[in-house]
Amino acid sequence: MASLKELKGRINSVKSTQKITKAKQMVAAAKLRKAQAAAEAARPYSVRLAAVMASLAGKVAGRDGAPKLLAGTGSDKKHLLVVVNTDKGLCGGLNSNIVKEAKAKARDLIAQGKDVSFYLVGKKGRAPIRRDYPDGITANYDTSTVRNPGYEEAEAIAAELLALFEAGKFDVAHLVSPIFKSALAQDPQTVQLIPVPAPEAGSAGGAAVEYEPDEEEILAELLPRYIKTLIFGALLEREASEQGASMTAMDNATRNAGDLINKLTIQYNRSRQAAITTELIEIIAGAEAL
Amino acid sequence: MALHFELVTPEKLVRSDDVHMVVVPGTEGDFGVLEGHAPVMSTIRDGAIQVYKTEGAQPENIEVRGGFAEVGDNGLTVLAERVED
Repeated sequence: MASLKELKGRINSVKSTQKITKAKQMVAAAKLRKAQAAAEAARPYSVRLAAVMASLAGKVAGRDGAPKLLAGTGSDKKHLLVVVNTDKGLCGGLNSNIVKEAKAKARDLIAQGKDVSFYLVGKKGRAPIRRDYPDGITANYDTSTVRNPGYEEAEAIAAELLALFEAGKFDVAHLVSPIFKSALAQDPQTVQLIPVPAPEAGSAGGAAVEYEPDEEEILAELLPRYIKTLIFGALLEREASEQGASMTAMDNATRNAGDLINKLTIQYNRSRQAAITTELIEIIAGAEAL
Repeated sequence: MALHFELVTPEKLVRSDDVHMVVVPGTEGDFGVLEGHAPVMSTIRDGAIQVYKTEGAQPENIEVRGGFAEVGDNGLTVLAERVED
């Protein structure tokens, strides 16, 4: 049985932990709103870009001179997994879920006899992926130095990926990132990044669109931009997911701390009472003996 | 009698309203877009988009960096990488 003093110490330490988790929860809640708004604001751009991409790709896809980013390198031996993790912890199972998804995809590809390498964005994925694939990590991109990763970071990541692609380091790239559904659910998902999957050509008909310069040139400029946008979207989703997961995890932690405090307080009161009772018995026994 | 004009950047929808005319700095030269323009898709060079709210009004300049413009049935959409304030 712990002494009264020890119990008091433990209650106090749990109380201060609870204060920290509560503060983190409120910070996450405030940041979540902002991150969600940012993710929402970015949607029109990607929707429009995807629509333009679809109409253009539908026209160019069949031709011979289709750009490499759309048609691929001709082989699909070397795969690159771009895994977007958070930079900070304290967000529940988010990062381990992302890593799990990435590893499952990697196992899948390896089973098909492909080579798999990783490109990691964010700090938290590094250690667990390095443990399983010590030589598989091509490069990292550190987003922890900036407060809110924005379009510039997405640009830098895309530029690095395109350079790797040009150098022939990989044939196919997949993007593994969390998708923010709600504060309770952020599911990681894998999408193909390079070559750009040809979107279903929607209304291919309609008015004859005039292209200036021609389709190929526009497409050549559009494809890198499309990849940038996908990465930018992933960064925004990651931000929202991180805050959402963090909020939920910290809410749970605060509640657990509260339960623990209650339990410890009951234990503390019991032992205090027991001590008083023993003391009384001793006094009464002493008085009777006289 | 109005052209629906939208200016979108990755960060947000900058502008979405009905205007009289927009002059877009295309890679192969500036072009003005009025209502009922034929469908065109063009890349744009860095420069100012001139927005004429009404006929003969003073144009409002919006500096944009990189992107492209699309004219379709639903008006003009400019997708720019950045908008300089």
